[in-house]
Amino acid sequence: MNLRINGQQHTLEKGVTINRLLTQLELQPERVVLELNHQILDMAESLNIELHENDQLEIIQFVGGG
Amino acid sequence: MIHILLNEQPLEVPHGTRLHQLRNQQQADADLLIINGFPTGGDCQLTDGDQVIMITRGVVPSAEQLESLMMARHTPGVHKRIARSRVGIAGAGGLGSNIAIPLARVGVGELIIADFDVVEPSNLNRQQYFIDQIGQPKVVALKDNLQRINPYVKVSTHHCRVNAQNLREIFANVDVMVEAFDAPDQKAMLTASHLQQASTCPLVAASGMAGYEASNSIRTQKVRENFYLIGDQKTAARPGCGLMAPRVAIAANHQANAVLRLLLGEEPE
Repeated sequence: MNLRINGQQHTLEKGVTINRLLTQLELQPERVVLELNHQILDMAESLNIELHENDQLEIIQFVGGG
Repeated sequence: MIHILLNEQPLEVPHGTRLHQLRNQQQADADLLIINGFPTGGDCQLTDGDQVIMITRGVVPSAEQLESLMMARHTPGVHKRIARSRVGIAGAGGLGSNIAIPLARVGVGELIIADFDVVEPSNLNRQQYFIDQIGQPKVVALKDNLQRINPYVKVSTHHCRVNAQNLREIFANVDVMVEAFDAPDQKAMLTASHLQQASTCPLVAASGMAGYEASNSIRTQKVRENFYLIGDQKTAARPGCGLMAPRVAIAANHQANAVLRLLLGEEPE
């Protein structure tokens, strides 16, 4: 299936979950903010959400320091 | 008559008025006279356009005096908008302490600052604290420092950990919210919670400012409506790449300027 991640077209296997995608991207869930189809996700409740064709996902990653 | 500025305020005085005469009339106890930027010991005749500052050492200007000085510097309309605004800052470390100071200097009406931590010796490498403040809660030390700069800025402090549950209560009705944490999971928690709970209030966050990479790699970026992210987005603090005063302050001042621009109705990016 095709979807947009941070504005770029990606092809992923059908039914992939948020958790699986983050693992593939080597991102830690507690360090990212996700916006799926213009909705900010609550990470604790979102890991098992399945992504769908034409979804638009924004991943904002935070690094340490301040 | 000639037109001069006395303590940044326009004033008309008769031709031939001398500096010491003006002092005796306006501020007899002034012990430092500055004319057109230069401290002067002697007397002189004033000329049209002169800028005169009179300082009485040890006397703190009143709220009205400081207000009029700020107004003269910022132009009245701009100053009023800043003075009636309210800004929330989550975290009072390298970012938060360096953001709060310029916002107090420009005269933001109220700063609401929350942090759970105390000042540690290692913080002095980048955070705006003094060696005699080690051991104090950061919010207490920062409030003291801000009040030494501008005692008329209202500073509300919360010595606690900010979480998704208390966020809205602590930072109720702020015009702009600032994320100034150190830990990446805290940054993500605050950002997600704020954008979910207060989507119409702009958030200015930061990510990636460790080390001493080029200054210009720190950028202000609009990520989505009401969310601005500052930093190089990649340089994490880690062994061998610590947080250092200049780059952290660059990011902090990007954040402070983004806040100022938002308060004045401008896009930060």
